[in-house]
Amino acid sequence: MTTATATSTGPTTGRTAPRRRPPLGGFTLTALALEIRRVLRNRRTLVFILIMPAVFFLLFGLPNKGQSLGGGASATAYIMISLAVYGAMVATTSGGGMVAVERALGWSRQLRLTPLRPPAYVATKVLTAMTLGLVSVLVEFAVGALGGVRMPPHVWLLSGLAAWIGSLVFAAFGLFVGYLVPAENVMQFLGPILAILALFGGLFVPLEVLPDVMQQIAKFTPVYGVGAIARSPLTGSGFTLGAVANVVLWTAAFGAAAARLFRRDTQRV
Amino acid sequence: MTTTTHPAGRPAPAGNGTPAVELTRLTKTFGPVTAVSDLSLRIEPGEVVAFLGPNGAGKTTTIDMVLGLARPTSGTVRVYGQSPADAIALGRIAAVMQTGGLLKDLTVAETVRMTASFFGQTRPVEEVLERAGITEIADRMVGKCSGGQQQRLRFAMALLPDPDLMILDEPTTGMDVEGRRDFWNAIRQDARGGRTILFATHYLEEADAYADRIVLVRQGRIVADGTSAEIKNLAAGRLVRATLPGADQVGLAALPGVDSVEVRGDTVLLHASDSDAVARHLLTQTGARDVEITSRNLEDAFIALTADHDQPTERSAR
Repeated sequence: MTTATATSTGPTTGRTAPRRRPPLGGFTLTALALEIRRVLRNRRTLVFILIMPAVFFLLFGLPNKGQSLGGGASATAYIMISLAVYGAMVATTSGGGMVAVERALGWSRQLRLTPLRPPAYVATKVLTAMTLGLVSVLVEFAVGALGGVRMPPHVWLLSGLAAWIGSLVFAAFGLFVGYLVPAENVMQFLGPILAILALFGGLFVPLEVLPDVMQQIAKFTPVYGVGAIARSPLTGSGFTLGAVANVVLWTAAFGAAAARLFRRDTQRV
Repeated sequence: MTTTTHPAGRPAPAGNGTPAVELTRLTKTFGPVTAVSDLSLRIEPGEVVAFLGPNGAGKTTTIDMVLGLARPTSGTVRVYGQSPADAIALGRIAAVMQTGGLLKDLTVAETVRMTASFFGQTRPVEEVLERAGITEIADRMVGKCSGGQQQRLRFAMALLPDPDLMILDEPTTGMDVEGRRDFWNAIRQDARGGRTILFATHYLEEADAYADRIVLVRQGRIVADGTSAEIKNLAAGRLVRATLPGADQVGLAALPGVDSVEVRGDTVLLHASDSDAVARHLLTQTGARDVEITSRNLEDAFIALTADHDQPTERSAR
């Protein structure tokens, strides 16, 4: 056909190059940019990942202005960082959860008619999720800075990085849910789950105000680690190995579960 | 309507003679249900083939296996000598599916651009939009496009890799008459370039009008395979009517390919599978005049060939 095409008078003349597979399994920045643009077009997503954390800060952060926590850290800064973690986790969950929507719509099936390899697809989703997470952290920090939060530069940087990178847990969580349930409205039932996890992670109120039993349970929930690490540059109290283990283990658990479902999904023919 | 099964002027790939599609004893079962049963089919490069059958005949299941979306229970699929997965990865094969989803929150052009990014090489985005006739709606959100426009978008996406084989699964389902005509005009124009096309349909007139060859399937098996004319002939034969006073009914009935002879006064009516031979005989060996040959339409053939075989009376009653 290649030779036939080249000699025919039809519309498809002129193929001279041999057919080839795409590099990187079909992963491209073009697709990534389009994915990000797609998400930013979705008003509901924007409300959840950009506006809600900012509004929470105005509602709960600003009234505490001037107060300080035990270690002398500013309460508004503490709240701002917590809400940045919250924004990032909602953002990355919804990024990973896009898989659910695309499976429900049949887009995943359409993609199987292209050379795009499943790992390249997942990489695009994770990078989209992480980009959203970064935007969410930056917006929350900007709102905080405008609202009068003052911290040393290294605290801004380290807390921001921790909130952002730690949200990888939730990119994996979003993927896991995305491969578990093919539903267009996946974020509607994930929202309350994320809120409960955020509560256990100490993002809405300091864990110290919770009953002791709850505090113990909280240490094993997936937001605890990232919250503790993100706030540690501010409080100066450092973080425990347990917090790091929490982040690593939950990321691994969600990642492995997502990978397992993903293999089932791509092998189902 | 082309009257040859393998149209001249659409050259096969130089030398090797590899078929575009080669299905060998393909079987697919879903639990106790056999969707495709021992189906073998060879499609040559450049053919435009209609896969015609009633709903549930196994058309979509077969197409899914050609595309690598379903794995055969037994049997093999080769596309230009390759596995479906390799053919997809190299962009040799593309499809417009009945069900393939689209992202509502991308524009038409963005959808094509994103799809293009997944391939090793493609035709330019503007070109495929133009050929699918959707340049004017390039900036429209997919969610705001009509069913026909979405289908032409799928067609544009399928054109991207400049595939050697284009598969269309019930591509015009749900389109209005005008939409169907526009869609088929685009396909037909495209087929002139020598692309192999396999389309599934249950619209008889589509198969009749656009295919060089019709493969009729029923209950997962091929029940007929040939040109539209051959299919019609196979099912019902043709009716030859002539004015022939004093016809030799027994002699005519003995002609090869004659199923039945009826004499009504000076008029003789012959049902024949080989109407040409009958007409030749009538015109050269007898004094017959006013010879008319009429064909059953494809719908009759379709019903006859896909009807339940437990009721043979339906066919012989004709």
